[in-house]
Amino acid sequence: MATTINTELSAAEAFKTRPLTPLQRVHRILHLHPEISPMIALVIAMLVFQLANERFLSPGNISLILQQVAVVGSLAVAQTLVILTGGIDLSVGALMILVSMVMGSLVGLTGLPGPIAFAIGILVGLLAGLLNGVLVSVLRLPPFITTLGTLSIFLALALLMSNGVAIQGEKLGGFLLWTAVAFSVGPFNFTVGVILMLLMYVGMGFVLHQTGWGRHVYAVGSDPLAARLSGINTRRVLMSVYAVAGVLVTLSAWILIGRNNAATTSAAVDVNLDSITAVVIGGTSLFGGRGALLGTFLGAITVAVFRNGLSLARVDVLYQTLAIGILILFAVALDQWIRRAGVKG
Amino acid sequence: MTAEPILRARGIVKTYGAVVALDGVDLDLNAGEILAVIGDNGAGKSTLIKCLTGAEIPDVGNLEVAGSEVHFRRPQDAHAAGIETVYQTLSLAPDLDIASNMFLGREIRRRGPLGGVLRMLDHKRMRQLAAENVSKLGIRTLQDITQVVETLSGGQRQAVAIARAVAFGSRIVVLDEPTAALGVRETAQVLDVVTGLREAGLGVILISHNMPNVFQVADRIHIQRLGRRIATISPESHTPAEAVAIMTGATSAPAHVGALSKEDRP
Ligand SMILES: Nc1ncnc2c1ncn2[C@@H]1O[C@H](COP(=O)(O)OP(=O)(O)OP(=O)(O)O)[C@@H](O)[C@H]1O
Ligand SMILES: [Mg+2]
Repeated sequence: MATTINTELSAAEAFKTRPLTPLQRVHRILHLHPEISPMIALVIAMLVFQLANERFLSPGNISLILQQVAVVGSLAVAQTLVILTGGIDLSVGALMILVSMVMGSLVGLTGLPGPIAFAIGILVGLLAGLLNGVLVSVLRLPPFITTLGTLSIFLALALLMSNGVAIQGEKLGGFLLWTAVAFSVGPFNFTVGVILMLLMYVGMGFVLHQTGWGRHVYAVGSDPLAARLSGINTRRVLMSVYAVAGVLVTLSAWILIGRNNAATTSAAVDVNLDSITAVVIGGTSLFGGRGALLGTFLGAITVAVFRNGLSLARVDVLYQTLAIGILILFAVALDQWIRRAGVKG
Repeated sequence: MTAEPILRARGIVKTYGAVVALDGVDLDLNAGEILAVIGDNGAGKSTLIKCLTGAEIPDVGNLEVAGSEVHFRRPQDAHAAGIETVYQTLSLAPDLDIASNMFLGREIRRRGPLGGVLRMLDHKRMRQLAAENVSKLGIRTLQDITQVVETLSGGQRQAVAIARAVAFGSRIVVLDEPTAALGVRETAQVLDVVTGLREAGLGVILISHNMPNVFQVADRIHIQRLGRRIATISPESHTPAEAVAIMTGATSAPAHVGALSKEDRP
């Protein structure tokens, strides 16, 4: 009899090697590849919006979506780093505005050359990130409260500096506005800002997956005590994550200036929450340790696609926000489901 | 034995607020010896080995490795001194795979500019070495080295932690209840590995509640009770029942045995 071939398997071993149910199979695949769920959400959304309006997938509209996503998408790179450590950063949006005001004022008001203003902007971003890092890793304050505090500080500094006056594009010079320079590839229209955002994903993706530091970021988010006992300087890793986030935010500020053709405090108020939304929809766990930048990129695109597609379908802005809210809850519930119940077998 | 102990602790005190976890503990470990540490729950066994391996900084007391005083402030310091530990909590990152956990904190970089300038990791080599180390332990069910630790059973996780300690320990390996979640066959394998470390001349500290295992492999047995070392016995000098009686306070403690150091000798 054919069934007697497996006699060396005990009953328990046979039970362990039983075929997985389809749901378990899905669960397992999603667990191993966190970027699959945002990918599916994105594809479905694109199909639906294409059916609603055939202009949706036109090269012109795709180019527009990419330009619309550049600021939030770049900010979400920094946000992903912080969330991977199990933290959250409410201050990246405010810091971006502060840094854009610093760079804009240095060029527009004091006449400093763009590259020097940019270097100073990097320094400001680094110092602000270090401030968050010290508060979180040395003083051990919860990241949520810490960055809520620095959010107010950065925003207040930006407002104090600008006096509520925006610095318009004609005063900003070529370097700061370089991110707005557009060029075409076939029927598509890109800006330097979009390319910069893509480079941020590629660069940080490399660092996260190919270097020891990247492994340590995941380890610290996964289990800080285990990371410490394994010989990782968890404090230094946390500090460096916030510092790197600060520097990345400077690049976002550069993209922001190009996108607005101005340095202004009135821009981009809800970008911070959007960056968190992108990370969460992208399948990165708010508990830290699990996720990837590819997911965040898809998450950022998904949010932009929702906003753009719903407006093309002439859906009211309020309903767009409603839809994105539902999307977030769905993503978080999915994360919980994937995370719960260890994948056995 | 005339050589210095490879690890020598004197008067270790560790308190957590009002709780006194360690109340002046001495410990000696020789090279090429297995020292078991036994004691009731809460006797301070885990706290003791944390203080010996840089996971905790003792309030008072001093520590010598191979005759020279050390002050471990973090686990890396102990690693650098050739001391590896399997903590009771295992200290594995659940979201990382087996290979990444094995090399956590001491990743291998690629050779040449890819590793030197770009700091790229040599994933292939780490996976290969991790697979070798795991297979040395002979845990059959651990085959896929890229499996995420979160998806492993308790015993499999323990095997990974042990494999890591054995792979990197060059002088001392400390194991805090390493076989608690292991099956009979796997436990025997781990005890084999532990005696192998002794043959290789390493010092081993083994914490266990399993008296037969302790009496099977230990050269000496350090009995911890209420934050103190109350006796050091050997499997030849006492029976398991006597050891348990001392451990629980049913009989009074004998003198410390084992040629530890000059001043301990009569
Ligand atoms: N981080 C801590 N904070 C407060 N008290 C602690 C801490 N760690 C240990 N203790 C206390 O120190 C004492 C010794 O604990 P320890 O973990 O060393 O015991 P143990 O001998 O390893 O016990 P077990 O056999 O259960 O593992 C206990 O009373 C425990 O409550
Ligand atoms: Mg213990």
